[in-house]
Amino acid sequence: MLRILLLLAFLAGALPAAAQDAFIEALPGLAGAFGTQAEAVERLGAGGDPRALPVLRALSDGQLRKRDTLIILPNGTDAATGQPADAAGAETVRINNRVRAALRGALGRLQLVSANPDERLAAADSVFRSRSAENIAPLEAAIARESVPRVRERQELALAASRLVAPDAAVKRQGIATLGGASSEDARALLLEARATNPDLAAEVDAAVAAIDGRLAFKRAAETLFQGLSLGSVLLLAALGLAITFGVMGVINMAHGEFVMLGAYTTFMVQEALRGIPWLLPWSLPLSVPAAFLVAGLAGAVLERGLIRHLYGRPLETLLMTFGVGMILQQAVRLAFGAQNREVLSPAWMQGTLSLPGGILITQNRLWVIVFSLLVLALAFAAIRLTRFGLEMRAVVQNRRTAATMGIRTGRVDALTFAFGSGIAGMAGVALSQIDNVSPNLGTGYIIDSFMVVVFGGVGSLVGTLVGAMGLGVLNKIIEPWAGAVLAKVAVLVLIMLFIQRRPRGLFALKGRAADA
Amino acid sequence: MKGPGLYLDGVSVVFDGFRALNNLSLIVDPGELRAVIGPNGAGKTTMMDVITGKTRPTAGTVTFGEHDLTRMDEARIANLGIGRKFQKPTVFDALTVFENLELALKAPRDPWSCLRWKLENTARKRIEAVTEEIGLASRAGDPAAILSHGQRQWLEIGMLLMQDPDLLLVDEPVAGMTDQETEHTAALLRRIAGTRSVVVVEHDLEFVRALGSKVTVLHEGTLLSEGSIDTVQNDPRVIEVYLGR
Amino acid sequence: MSDITAAPAPRGIPARLLIRGAVIAAIALLALLPVLNTLPAGSALRVSDFTVAVTGKWICYGVLALAIDLAWGYAGILSLGHGAFFALGGYAMGMHLMRLIGPRGVYGHPVLPDFMVFLGYKELPWYWLGFDHFPYAILMAMLVPGALAFLLGWLSFRSRITGVYFSIITQAMTYALMLAFFRNDMGFGGNNGFTDFKELLGVPLNTQGARAGLFYAALILLAGSLILCRHITSTKLGRVLVAVRDAESRVRFLGYSVTSFKLSVFTLSAVLAGLAGALYVPLVGIINPGEFAPGNSIEAVIWVAVGGRGTLVGAILGAFSVNALKTWLTSFAPDLWLFVLGSLFVAVTLFLPRGLAGLFRGRTK
Repeated sequence: MLRILLLLAFLAGALPAAAQDAFIEALPGLAGAFGTQAEAVERLGAGGDPRALPVLRALSDGQLRKRDTLIILPNGTDAATGQPADAAGAETVRINNRVRAALRGALGRLQLVSANPDERLAAADSVFRSRSAENIAPLEAAIARESVPRVRERQELALAASRLVAPDAAVKRQGIATLGGASSEDARALLLEARATNPDLAAEVDAAVAAIDGRLAFKRAAETLFQGLSLGSVLLLAALGLAITFGVMGVINMAHGEFVMLGAYTTFMVQEALRGIPWLLPWSLPLSVPAAFLVAGLAGAVLERGLIRHLYGRPLETLLMTFGVGMILQQAVRLAFGAQNREVLSPAWMQGTLSLPGGILITQNRLWVIVFSLLVLALAFAAIRLTRFGLEMRAVVQNRRTAATMGIRTGRVDALTFAFGSGIAGMAGVALSQIDNVSPNLGTGYIIDSFMVVVFGGVGSLVGTLVGAMGLGVLNKIIEPWAGAVLAKVAVLVLIMLFIQRRPRGLFALKGRAADA
Repeated sequence: MKGPGLYLDGVSVVFDGFRALNNLSLIVDPGELRAVIGPNGAGKTTMMDVITGKTRPTAGTVTFGEHDLTRMDEARIANLGIGRKFQKPTVFDALTVFENLELALKAPRDPWSCLRWKLENTARKRIEAVTEEIGLASRAGDPAAILSHGQRQWLEIGMLLMQDPDLLLVDEPVAGMTDQETEHTAALLRRIAGTRSVVVVEHDLEFVRALGSKVTVLHEGTLLSEGSIDTVQNDPRVIEVYLGR
Repeated sequence: MSDITAAPAPRGIPARLLIRGAVIAAIALLALLPVLNTLPAGSALRVSDFTVAVTGKWICYGVLALAIDLAWGYAGILSLGHGAFFALGGYAMGMHLMRLIGPRGVYGHPVLPDFMVFLGYKELPWYWLGFDHFPYAILMAMLVPGALAFLLGWLSFRSRITGVYFSIITQAMTYALMLAFFRNDMGFGGNNGFTDFKELLGVPLNTQGARAGLFYAALILLAGSLILCRHITSTKLGRVLVAVRDAESRVRFLGYSVTSFKLSVFTLSAVLAGLAGALYVPLVGIINPGEFAPGNSIEAVIWVAVGGRGTLVGAILGAFSVNALKTWLTSFAPDLWLFVLGSLFVAVTLFLPRGLAGLFRGRTK
């Protein structure tokens, strides 16, 4: 990256010597009358000299001063030589609207060759908006030099926009065709404007607009889908543990959200513990996953063995009791860590956004959460389907007495199952530390949603939990644009309740005799 | 007076591909006493569930008199005069024996009527008569929770008597009863039948013989054989099902 | 629920009379508080304004607890959303109190409450019409919670949603309402809710007389609700409810429509909660969406559990004792309160399933 920058700087600096002369030549014109000024500005812009940029910026900001034909920059140096200048008696250079218009174009053109890709990007965007056929040549030159794809993409759009206002119909068509390949609202607006002024090109414009609309709709749909899946993955993480403790064991654990919270705080603790070991610090998040699983799992095992098992067969009492436990856990964490949010850092490899073709932007950490949630789902599935523990667990769930007579220690299986579900909640906490505030009441926000996911998906079905979580997440994001975040949530709750009317046992219901038990 | 008859035609119940009932047809005449036997999983309990509205049949007709039972919920079916005694006695533990019977007594069943309900002398007499009949007169004021297993069975039968049903479905009434109690129960059921239809599901062939009624044998959700106990016991298909191939 | 083997009403005439006597005595004692409040400042028997205000609040909580007990203790319907019915009743009364402020608001608008002027409302939203009339507000305080409970109950009970499933749905309901009421554009004052009330029925609220009036109104509501619930639970309706609690499907096979019984009792319970909320708001002088918080509802459930569910009087006792503990504890060790409350949840469910009332009552065999 650095090398490319250096190269660009070199290129910018090594412009033809004639241009440098042109800079010195054009400069005094800025001190002249408005007409002369505008001309000088045009020349400076067309010259493409890097030194012209600060001068024109200062002029645009009203910071440029002059004494006779000497042009003085805001930092007190002579614009021509770069030497300190005597500013005594200097006056501010005043400009009028004509000069301002010229400035906009010139600044844009100058920035097109800036050494900083972000500046070039911004320049391309401003040229795009300024729309002048005069920009065509500088843009073509800039595109030829451009090496950063995302900048070139915008420059090409700007070029197309400039072509749109060219006098030549063929050039216009070229512009329309290029814009039709874009997927931005701006391009669409430009085309619609062009349609009004060029009735003869209406057919081409309409086709281009239709193409953009198609792509925009796809982009919106894709982004909504991603946001929905992202929310769904959060719900999935929060609900997975519950799908095991509630769905499989039938234990209603209102402290589930607090186990998620414990997982998030474990992440924080691991991070703090690793502060002294800088090379390990970026890996604190992956290291937190097993730690959080153990902490929350242990808490779950203690809760099950110590309290819950005394209340088997009394779900309402279990509900109340575990709510109390959640309250105690929350308050304990509040006293230990304070009520304020704790910051859990994101490692560099999780930051930033990913740009997909079609202008679809995806935040990396959200993507990681989706991946992580699917991994955890796979883990839960494997543990239940493929391990000895999973087999014993299913046996106990189906027929406790028979399982016991076959030598399965049902109490131990209960404790392990509950610990497993709680541990998964802890792992969810690791992920949630990345996208939510790590505070003592982190879990309360998720408990109701999680239960809704489990009930909606079908109690006792991990596939149902997956489909339920993702379905509710996407549904939420579909409703959100026209109802707002809060009403979308309310609407989803109402929809779930209506859905339960039709299918009281959820999407993936267990049917038949087993379900009646 | 005899009530309406029960009529099942082509009834199938499918759970997840498993056919609990398969094209079952059965007619119980008004006033008839009928025993239904069959090995485990033959569909006896599912048949009861279908008649009482707990399970909706996948296909087929179930009528009681002119009423289509497949369209009604449990409460409406019960109010048509179909009473059910469960395999496991279910009485209301927190209520006294008297209160259990009072709830079962035929009377308007809506909340408002229950709020305005006054126990009149005739009703009280009837409840007391039933407590006598089921041998719980001295326990009338005790909560059902403290009754023994046999007493709970009797209380439930008493509740059925209070309901005064036209059709009585009895699921394994003598499970866990002593021989004497079994005999007593058989006599009671014989006495009840005649004024109303009774369908008894039972494993105990001796008890079925004591009932002296027509017997229906179910196997894998379908009707295997029907007739007197002797006919049925000599039916080679029945022997095969019960004794194995 | 089947672990509750106690009969719904105490048996044996003396115990029954004893409890009745104790309840009457307690109500009479409570009725004395506003009188003692009027004694001169130096008097030994004088009761502070604070005590009257706090006790008035507890009485409203007592009605809420009674409502929860009627549904949970008798019909086995554990609602984790009764705080929503309470809050809706409170909002209905709050709307009336806001209308009565009239031009005395900060902005001095003749009709619109301050927050509406602030948010740029030009006229009252349609659902605010009529709330300037006291009877209408009281009617709404009963009708809105009642209708909501009826709708929710009808949807749930007829599709046989029972037990924890129903509890979770009620919790989701109050959660959804909380989110909705936090919104400014709902027309209910957003997260500030309603406050700065001036008067009710022509009496300025910050006077001793108004406090006493509200206190007696709440006490009458409590006594009336207790008598009503006691009556219901002693009829055959009450016995059917207990039967539904213990063996729902058996009740169906007896020919009772379980749905209509549950629906009646749940709706009635919500109406009582709404009335309690309607009296609570002028007593405490504020209502905001925080009242919908799921934690409030579940805390109210624990009052009932502590007092002893299925006993009515126990529920009221629970509401008073837990709140007394809360008031006392939060004054000197606020950090401890949540530990104590959490432990109460655990202790009562594990060790005292019949609550305080179970301690007083002799054990059944």
